[in-house]
Amino acid sequence: MTWFRREKKALEVPQEKRVQTEGLWVKCDGCKQIIWKKDIEASLHCCPKCNYHFKIGARARLEILFDGGRFTEHDAGLASTDPLTFQDTKSYRDRLKKAEKTTGAKDAVITGEGLLEGKPLIACAMEFNFIGGSMGAVVGEKITRAIDRCIAQRLPLVIISCSGGARMMEGAISLMQMAKVNAGLARLDEIRKPYISVLTDPTTGGVTASFAMLGDLNIAEPGALIGFAGPRVIEQTIRQKLPDGFQRSEFLLEHGMIDAIVPRKELRGYLARSLELLGAWNDQ
Amino acid sequence: MPESQAQSAVVLELTRQIAELEKSSDSEAAQEEIDRLRGQLEALQRVGTGAPKDAWDRVLLARHPQRPYTLDYIQLLFTDFTELHGDRRFADDAAIVCGLARFEGRAVMVVGHQKGRDTKQKLLRNFGMPKPEGYRKAMRLMQMAAKFGLPIISLVDTPGAYPGIGAEERGQAEAIANNLKEIPKLAVPIVVIIHGEGGSGGALAIAIGDCVLMLENAVYSVISPESCSSILWRDWQHKQDAARILKLTAQDLRGFEIVDEIIPEPPDGAHTDHAHAAALLRPRIESSLRELSALPAAELLHRRHERLRKLATFVRES
Repeated sequence: MTWFRREKKALEVPQEKRVQTEGLWVKCDGCKQIIWKKDIEASLHCCPKCNYHFKIGARARLEILFDGGRFTEHDAGLASTDPLTFQDTKSYRDRLKKAEKTTGAKDAVITGEGLLEGKPLIACAMEFNFIGGSMGAVVGEKITRAIDRCIAQRLPLVIISCSGGARMMEGAISLMQMAKVNAGLARLDEIRKPYISVLTDPTTGGVTASFAMLGDLNIAEPGALIGFAGPRVIEQTIRQKLPDGFQRSEFLLEHGMIDAIVPRKELRGYLARSLELLGAWNDQ
Repeated sequence: MPESQAQSAVVLELTRQIAELEKSSDSEAAQEEIDRLRGQLEALQRVGTGAPKDAWDRVLLARHPQRPYTLDYIQLLFTDFTELHGDRRFADDAAIVCGLARFEGRAVMVVGHQKGRDTKQKLLRNFGMPKPEGYRKAMRLMQMAAKFGLPIISLVDTPGAYPGIGAEERGQAEAIANNLKEIPKLAVPIVVIIHGEGGSGGALAIAIGDCVLMLENAVYSVISPESCSSILWRDWQHKQDAARILKLTAQDLRGFEIVDEIIPEPPDGAHTDHAHAAALLRPRIESSLRELSALPAAELLHRRHERLRKLATFVRES
């Protein structure tokens, strides 16, 4: 008689019992916690635990900004002519097509007009997923046209930046957009209508060195990377590690480069109040 | 000194400078400068005579160690140069020189980037890479020029604005951006001459004007060919391809109507004869100034705004 007897039945291979959770939960880049995605969406794509601000697209930005998420889009069909016929390992035309497919936009900025607490304004929002939100001829022209409209209609301007800088694939032409947009801002100065620059993560290079740092008010989302040179370029030049928090919103506030850090949830209220205080709608 | 002998003297000098820089690691920009000096050595050895020049040849010529720098042009083209210093905010940046001077007897304001020729000068001039205080000094003095009705002549030659911790802390981006917005308002003629390297936003910050002249072998680009190569191909080996595809030569920029006129250089490049290079430039500055000075201020500003509004508009409706 044996004390032990082997079970005849082979071990059952467990059936696929995984619950499909992909897309329902998101790991927060700030606090590393796993968060229910709907909770993030409900709080304007900010982490409900640590208030980390997730990147969002240009269209979502404008929908958050304007009353009821409604706005009239301008110049939606404007597209690049590929003036350099730029070709490296891939052609610029293919890069543009791919970016258009992933973002549904023709280039890296969406511009439009709508209401903020019932008052009209013109706003531009940059799309980081379109070739790093880079500024080429289309971005420069759309923002300049937005400025032209502000002048013609005597409306205030809000630009929400999110960009790696000038677009390399348009060479010196992208560089000239900085001059074109800022000459537009010089004309906007004359009509005394406010321009508020909203800096989001990340805003660097030719965009900070043109319109993004020149708002009558510069405000930033918490923790956004904002600078002229990217941190990697600086590290390569000076051959040392950069201090923690370097070029973040809080660093810029401390160094006097921005007026305030405004969490996404408070943006609408902040903009409406400050535009009102600056007399943006006094003649409406 | 015969040219070949002069050239070998420069090769020796460059080799010495590389060795010197490799020893002194106290400069933040030293490593980058060593790479640049190696490029200059390559320039000396590569750029021959008479042969047709591709974009990379022009990059090497634009960075040629013997090419005339801003102070050379100032000495050759102006009299009574009176240098003015400081941004009244933080410091004086030696990477940008500014001052009052006379051009053909007429009082003007000169601003320009300045590179150094020997190691000491290179460190002093920070390799021609300005910090925010440099751009703010230029802006202060350009505004002063407008106040006293003096035309502005801007000489552009920089690898780019300096990417460093202090420069970021003091608002490099804001300094450049502010120039781009304030220069268009100045009611005096502005003539811009891109005579060496036009390095991106760091060049543009003093390159807004009514008339933009560019020397035959100068380059003007949104990014250096080396950085472009490292982004697109993940190494520096494709810098020559990058130089070609970036369309950074005077001919390219004239084609895009970013530059109004190409200024010829002596046959083998401006570095072979500084006086000749300046002599070729002088009449073009003179005619531009004469034409612009004839315009009433309102007309001048109107034309400048029109020019900037139409600048580099390459878009289509789809």
